[in-house]
Amino acid sequence: MQNANTGRAEHLITVNGEQRRVSLRPADTLLYTLRDELGLTGAKPGCENGDCGACTVLVNDVPMKSCLLLTMEFVDQDPPRSVETVEGLDGAEVQRQFLQHWAFQCGYCTSGFLMLVEGLRRQRPEANRDELVDWLRSNICRCTSYAELIHAVEGVLERERGAAPASDHPTPVPPTR
Amino acid sequence: MHAVGQSVARKEAPNKVTGRARYNGDVTPVGTLTAVIVPSPHAHAKLRQVDVEPARRMPGVVAVITGQDTDPMCGEVLEDRPPLARGTVRYHGEPVALVIAHGEAEARAAARRVTIDCVPLPLVATVEEAVAPGAPLVHPELGAYRRAQPPVVPKPRTNIADHAKIRRGDPTKGWAASAVAVSGHYTVPQVDHAAMETRSARVEILHDGRVIVQSTTQAPFEVQKLLAQSFHLQQGQVIVDVPLVGGAFGGKAAVQLEVLAYLASRAVNGRPVQLVNSREDDMATSPVGIGLVADVKLGATRDGLLQVAELSFLLDTGAYADSTPRVARAICSECTGPYRVEHVRCDVYTVYTNHTYATAFRGFGHFPLTFAIERTMDRLAATLDMDPAELRRKNLLGPGDRTPTRMMLTRSTLGNPQTCLDRAAALLAGPAAQPIGPHTVRARGLALFWKTSSSPPNAISGALVSFNQDGSVNLSTGTIEVGAGTKTTSAQILAEQLGIDVNQVHIHTHINTKVDPEHWKTVASMSTFMAGRAVMEAAEDAKAQLKSVAAIALKCAPGDLSVGQGRVFLTADPRIYVTFSDVAHGYSYPGGDAVGGQIMGRGSYIMRHLTLLDEDTGEGHPGPSFTVGAQGVEIDLDTRTWQYRVVRAVTVVDAGRAINPAGARAMLQGGMCMGIGLATREGVLYDRDGQRLNDQLRTYKVMRAGEQPDAYVVELVETPQIDAPFGARALGEHGLLAIPAAVAAAVSHAIGRPVDHLPITPESLWKLVRSAEAVQ
Repeated sequence: MQNANTGRAEHLITVNGEQRRVSLRPADTLLYTLRDELGLTGAKPGCENGDCGACTVLVNDVPMKSCLLLTMEFVDQDPPRSVETVEGLDGAEVQRQFLQHWAFQCGYCTSGFLMLVEGLRRQRPEANRDELVDWLRSNICRCTSYAELIHAVEGVLERERGAAPASDHPTPVPPTR
Repeated sequence: MHAVGQSVARKEAPNKVTGRARYNGDVTPVGTLTAVIVPSPHAHAKLRQVDVEPARRMPGVVAVITGQDTDPMCGEVLEDRPPLARGTVRYHGEPVALVIAHGEAEARAAARRVTIDCVPLPLVATVEEAVAPGAPLVHPELGAYRRAQPPVVPKPRTNIADHAKIRRGDPTKGWAASAVAVSGHYTVPQVDHAAMETRSARVEILHDGRVIVQSTTQAPFEVQKLLAQSFHLQQGQVIVDVPLVGGAFGGKAAVQLEVLAYLASRAVNGRPVQLVNSREDDMATSPVGIGLVADVKLGATRDGLLQVAELSFLLDTGAYADSTPRVARAICSECTGPYRVEHVRCDVYTVYTNHTYATAFRGFGHFPLTFAIERTMDRLAATLDMDPAELRRKNLLGPGDRTPTRMMLTRSTLGNPQTCLDRAAALLAGPAAQPIGPHTVRARGLALFWKTSSSPPNAISGALVSFNQDGSVNLSTGTIEVGAGTKTTSAQILAEQLGIDVNQVHIHTHINTKVDPEHWKTVASMSTFMAGRAVMEAAEDAKAQLKSVAAIALKCAPGDLSVGQGRVFLTADPRIYVTFSDVAHGYSYPGGDAVGGQIMGRGSYIMRHLTLLDEDTGEGHPGPSFTVGAQGVEIDLDTRTWQYRVVRAVTVVDAGRAINPAGARAMLQGGMCMGIGLATREGVLYDRDGQRLNDQLRTYKVMRAGEQPDAYVVELVETPQIDAPFGARALGEHGLLAIPAAVAAAVSHAIGRPVDHLPITPESLWKLVRSAEAVQ
């Protein structure tokens, strides 16, 4: 049911397990639809070119850059293709580990990294350090040193594999006088 | 109950891991129009005609505007920049027109229909070309520009927007006392801030005269003043509203999009208009960080005691001066590095080129300055055949010494560079270079930094503390949360002063100039110091009020009372007390009648005893204190491919006192990672026509996971700055300052030749070795 003037039409999309009605142009990206139509602003535009990963969401458990996806590929599907955003995470281990390891500063890239790591946990819980670093290379963080992020991911995967949880508090740095 | 010295998680952290943290682009009111910039396709050209009519006729377009003679000129220091190009374009990407439409898609489609007819002008491609005799002029009208914030010393009929200098002692005497002289020539390219959130601004002009600005700025009060001045408004009419900011690194202290969004809103009868940079706009149209070319000469005795320094810096400010003259004075202030030099001559020129214009970048000129001075110290060490750490140790500044601006140092203002150097040298002990495999060399490099704020002498910061009825408190400061954790630090300081849990302090991360007290700008790593001082005073004010109400309730003099642990109690008998909640909103007698009122503390800080640098000698007092530190790296370099990796990075910094140790460490480590990026890959690139080549994150390379060192070693020395909150020194920028110099030192050791140009890529090393071999 396309409007001849605007090129827009109504469709159904399922995000975070909720079915929503959206009005689309064929050229709308999933990032645009999530943010501007559905109010899910956790996914961020950083480059709209696939370079930075701030817009990463999960599609059927696989991290994807929503700035490179057309929303049309996700609407009116049966069964619906599962789209998950950071707003769909609820007390996930990855969120806890990011907090514990100071894995963010400004927070702008964080939603994308969280979804990337959640995808890694679901896809490759046995990933070793080299592999998890490879995964992290798809996204950019300009604030942290990456060591914090890597520690957080190791924490997530250890938890997933049933290892003992790490301490709840970051270790303060002892001063030298 | 202690809040200071604890690694308290940042207050807004739970929102940042749930996608609920709101940034400027996350809330766009229905009905907001979108403006997009039509950028200049040329680096230097005379505009003949900008034809916007085809764009105006496109669907969804409301207005298209171009540069008008009536628009104000912009520029923090020197008013040299029209918000939209007028007559001439001076860099590739300069805004030429704004298209305002109902949606971004419509606006971008229309923007492509704007045709720019122009005649190319000769290009000024480098700072060296710019200062050569007979160079084409980027600003023929330089002499006519208004000086908005002196000191600034433009040289009309040249490309020199400003000349700042240090004249201390008599270099002739210094050279006479010197047995050895070394010199070096260094280049550092312009760099991009590349904050993950691009810059954006939204403006609505209301019919009651108010101007509502929502922006990603680090400097909301500067935006307020500038818009008021440019458009003849009262400051109170301009309301600037800033939510969380997604990284800034100095790039969001420049005022650019706010003026454009104002012009756009004005063109559509004040309707709300937003202007959101694409990544390409953010890199090519909005300002970058300065590049420079440096020539440094040092003279020393045979024992390695520095006698004289002569330095010349050409700062690549691109097409417009923006804050570069202030960066120039910051470079002057610390031009010798943290070393004792009696005779100093330093010239820092702000030079126009046809590059993207430049503004502050994390460190305010100190990473390129540190690169130039530390590389020359390494040359001197090599000439003297002396250990580089030992040479530095011999020349370190100490209490009683004077800086290049003749500021007398104390232990409090300087901190302890000696301990920083000794610890870093110990952590990097080992040969300068050694083979660790058939084609692998491990090498080490060390460098020192120092920095003060170089803030205006009248920079201010305020804090307001109001009590809730339950005894918890609300804290309002004017600092922006760009990721540095400033709001949490302020909350910790207040909690400590009031003796309450930090969870009892409620902050907001969304700043509004209408209600929050002014903080100069969230720059220069000055938030902990300036806002912290204001918070301390506000806490004292609140405590005095608490005591005066409690004195009535407890039938005693206010002087008999103390405040702590959420109570006001008799100092002589703490069993006699009232809780904060008993007096926070007035004290009620058993019959219901009440005295007092809401407790509201206020604190206000202004910089003390700072002065502008003298135009002729550079004498002055540029900041309240210094942060000193030593940094070093270990690298592994492949002698076949010239590829190398930083495997270990070390920072030892005098933090004064870490208010939040884990936060301080995170800040420093993040800076170190950025420093490695600057050393190894970052740099703005232009082609022969001045066209920007790398305006995307796939072509402008920043660090990614896996490229960081295997180990970050961060140690904090704690020499209190006695007038700072709990002794805390500035730390926000410092993690990166000496890293590029340390990387260059290590690479130089590895290949046996001095490496003097950033970034240091395998290709640049291959060329360096090849050209050196060709000479032989």
